[in-house]
Amino acid sequence: MEFFTFHDFMTYTKGITYLVMGAILIFMPLYWLYLTDRDD
Amino acid sequence: MVAQDQPMEKSSILTPFNVITSIILFVGVILMFLRFTRGIGAVTNLDNNNPWGLWIGFDLLCGVALAAGGYVTSSACYVFGLKRFHSAVRPAILTAFLGYALVVFALNFDVGRPWKLPYPIFVSQGTSSLLFEVGLCVFLYLTVLFVEATPAAFEWLGFKKLRTWVVRLTLVLTIFGVVLSTLHQSSLGALFMIVPSKLHPLWYSGYLHVYFFISSIFAGMSMVIFEGSMAHRWLHDKMDATHLAQSDGVVLGFGKAASFMMMGYVGIKIIGIAVDNNWHYLSTGWGAWFLLELIGFVLFPAILYGMGAREKNLTFIRIASLWTVLGIILNRLNISVIAFNWQLPSDLRYVPSFMEVGTTIFIITLGVVVYKFIVTRMPILYEHPDYKEEH
Repeated sequence: MEFFTFHDFMTYTKGITYLVMGAILIFMPLYWLYLTDRDD
Repeated sequence: MVAQDQPMEKSSILTPFNVITSIILFVGVILMFLRFTRGIGAVTNLDNNNPWGLWIGFDLLCGVALAAGGYVTSSACYVFGLKRFHSAVRPAILTAFLGYALVVFALNFDVGRPWKLPYPIFVSQGTSSLLFEVGLCVFLYLTVLFVEATPAAFEWLGFKKLRTWVVRLTLVLTIFGVVLSTLHQSSLGALFMIVPSKLHPLWYSGYLHVYFFISSIFAGMSMVIFEGSMAHRWLHDKMDATHLAQSDGVVLGFGKAASFMMMGYVGIKIIGIAVDNNWHYLSTGWGAWFLLELIGFVLFPAILYGMGAREKNLTFIRIASLWTVLGIILNRLNISVIAFNWQLPSDLRYVPSFMEVGTTIFIITLGVVVYKFIVTRMPILYEHPDYKEEH
């Protein structure tokens, strides 16, 4: 990926970061359920 | 049957433990003499490129991270009210106190002139420096840990009034400990934000302080589990029924919490790569080393912790605890030594001298000996019969 302006860089990195954060927000509650669903 | 009810056994002083530790301590005293009489250059490979080496990277950074079990366990028990972890509090506080005491002891080897150690706190405060903040927090937290550890000593010595006074302070001390730990655990990471050109981009991040703080939490939990496993193996006879009954719950509870924290940590590390757009470094040799640390020593033990917590498999959790402790050591050494000055030619890179390694082994051994001395005498792994049911 080539960047010509700082705006290009921020748009790209922020876009990827938001996608990663979205994935984490979905994954972490599911992982918590995995950890706790056999608790008494 | 608890430890103090057992008859004293007449055993030889020449046990393998005593012989090996005596040799290490003897060599360590010689190294200490060399360090303080001939200077830091005589015993270390430090230079102007690498002013911080193994003593800071391992003794200080790893020591502080692995001593985090104290604030994690005491806050779980007294702040969050998880009383089922109560039996783990005293061993965790003792380990944390010894850990921090040895951090300060080891710091003297690095900075020299021990009589000037109080100067940054009492004489010449550098209030704009992160090192001042770390120093102040460690000074205050070591004091807090000392006070938190005194009830066991007072019970052992029979000082009932003093013990009662200190126990009344438990909640205040715990909150103070959490605040101080949050500050200095993160500040140790923030220290490295001053070297963006020296630390490899995969480890350098604007979130270093967050990484250090979050990783200290699961480092502390892992150390409590690991240390508990060691105590079970070697000091089983010193534990009372309550401690034995609660220990499985501590392992399972901390294993589950550590697993969740570590998964979150992996997530924020990926966010760090995304924010700085460092993806291209992952395909390099340094990237492979970074992935080994993140996947091999965080993600895999997190999964093992998770499987252990779900299946109630204590062996999985105990293996994962050792794995995580090694991962924390690798992470702190990567940041302070291995990935530090990564652009220097190999002949200018820092490799610790055998005397630095020997001094580190000496300090760890000193900690183990003092821990054993205290645990075999004071009510750490059992409740003193005069104070049962007081919690």
